[in-house]
Amino acid sequence: MIFNFPFIAVIALIIIGLYAMVFRKNLIKMVIGITIIQSGVNLFLITLGYREGSVAPIFTSLPSGTEIPQGMAFPVPQALTLTSIVIGVAVLALMLSLIIHIYRHYGTLDVRKIGGEK
Amino acid sequence: MSFIDFLLQHSPALIVAIPLLGAFLTPLISKINNRVRNVFVILIILITTILVMLLASDVFSGNIHTYVFGSQDLTVPLVRILFEVDAMSAFMAIIGSILLLVSVIYSWSFIDENSGLDKYYTLVLLLAAGMFGMMLTGDMFNFFVFLEITSIASCALIAFWTNKGKAVEAAFKYIVISSLAALFILFSIALLYGQYNALNIAVLGSVIQFSYLDKIALVLLIAALAMKAGIVPMHMWLPDAYGRAPASVTIILIGATQASLYGVFRVCFTLYGNTINLSSASIGWIIVLLGLITMLIGVAMALIQSDFKRLIAFSAVAEIGFIFLGIGTGLTLFANNQMFGLIGTTAMSGGIFHIINDSLDVGLLFLVAGAVYYATKETSLDKMGGLARHMKYTTIFFIIGLLAISGIPPMNGFASKLLIYESTFQLNPILSIVAILSSIMLLAVFVKVFHSAFLGPALPKFNGVKEVPKTMLFAMGIIASIIIIFGLFPDLVINNIVDPAVNALINYSDYIREVIPTFTGGF
Repeated sequence: MIFNFPFIAVIALIIIGLYAMVFRKNLIKMVIGITIIQSGVNLFLITLGYREGSVAPIFTSLPSGTEIPQGMAFPVPQALTLTSIVIGVAVLALMLSLIIHIYRHYGTLDVRKIGGEK
Repeated sequence: MSFIDFLLQHSPALIVAIPLLGAFLTPLISKINNRVRNVFVILIILITTILVMLLASDVFSGNIHTYVFGSQDLTVPLVRILFEVDAMSAFMAIIGSILLLVSVIYSWSFIDENSGLDKYYTLVLLLAAGMFGMMLTGDMFNFFVFLEITSIASCALIAFWTNKGKAVEAAFKYIVISSLAALFILFSIALLYGQYNALNIAVLGSVIQFSYLDKIALVLLIAALAMKAGIVPMHMWLPDAYGRAPASVTIILIGATQASLYGVFRVCFTLYGNTINLSSASIGWIIVLLGLITMLIGVAMALIQSDFKRLIAFSAVAEIGFIFLGIGTGLTLFANNQMFGLIGTTAMSGGIFHIINDSLDVGLLFLVAGAVYYATKETSLDKMGGLARHMKYTTIFFIIGLLAISGIPPMNGFASKLLIYESTFQLNPILSIVAILSSIMLLAVFVKVFHSAFLGPALPKFNGVKEVPKTMLFAMGIIASIIIIFGLFPDLVINNIVDPAVNALINYSDYIREVIPTFTGGF
């Protein structure tokens, strides 16, 4: 059971993020929702690559007596997570800069008062 | 080895690398001169187009190209990224390159009076790199990365006219939808990776079991990619984005949307191809139903619009429904060999042929709408009238687009829609009735536009309106001539381009065997 906690946390993060995206009326809070979903997905990737009792997969600084490769965490999901974090930062910056522009045009961040095309 | 062979061998990498490098050179080149920059960008896209055509001509003759980044030894797992180009990828890349080429030629005059054009062209080339990457890659995670590059570049381009609040709002809607879709895709990639310890589409396709987790991943992948492709009920971003972006950007966005559609087909046919017997009927029917709803809602919403570009955007939604209907009909019958031979292949070639027809028809109409905006600075149909008196070439291009999108011979839309009608009729007559109904409603929509914008008495406020510059007419002319050629000789197109793509989707085992020669599944 204890090993399932990270997966429960992943689902909880994704659901909280979706809730924030769907039900919050403030644009910044919607963006926070997306970031929370992203953290959930990243946590999921990292959890997939973890072996019980393993160390970080850095060949040059392994503790003595580590079995290779069984004693190391799996490196591929960590590489994927790094890429995903970098992309996430770019998307976040873009969304926040758009929010600045929206605020300049409409003077509010409330979704109910912005736009509305039929 | 001759130079052409060398180019051919490395073309999958070069098609992505050349626009990417060109994107980062563009700000430097634009320090010299605006004209030099425009020529440079057109040259980059032209070289890419030539490479795409070269690669496609080789792929259509039956070779699947793979290009390995990283370890060449295929027995070592997971230390490489693989590009794999089969006929379907090449077909999509041809569409993308035509749309890009037309867009950069059109941009020469259309976007000329705006500032910040070095950034505009940088983003266009980045979008090109992302789009080609999505179409050519053979790796799930790589697909995700290129999808995000495409979303970021197109979001910034939608908001190019930042002085308009609606454009920024449309861009925000787009980035929220597409980043959510991308996160769903990443989640399902993680689900697949956790089970099979692989990211390569061919490797995953060879071992996939259709377990409970695989079903969740399939649902997430299709939902997310359909969200990006603008399928009803996830279409609400598309009319805003298409309607508010500059027309030269909209036509590339069509290509980016088609790349997501390509993702749906790649997932259904190749990734889950080996388990398709277990799932095909239900997944196929879901795709058919989504297609039907998309067509009906698309045309119904297009009827009530009064903004020129927004109206075309809703009809673009409807056109994507036709593609889904054709491919979904094929997928429904996929497990049933006898029926598939009779109807399925026709439906599939109709659907695939409609991908290219849809992008050309809708693209031409968007360019016409952009030309009208360029000449009159007016987007509302209620305030237009009598424009045929001032813009005769644009009017002719609009008529060509109108006939093509509503499937009237001798334009290209007729050929693909006829294939879809006759095959879906044999599956269930109601499907083809709905399809024909939507087609007729599309005709009604555009006849209304033709009447209110181009016919009628000359309005005094449009007295000074002149025909648009020659580069814009040239760009529209390229698409219009392709539409007419495709309409007059549909058999040539179907035999040489469409059928290889259909066969590539059906014979998914060839795609897998290119990476895993020992794979024995499939038909």
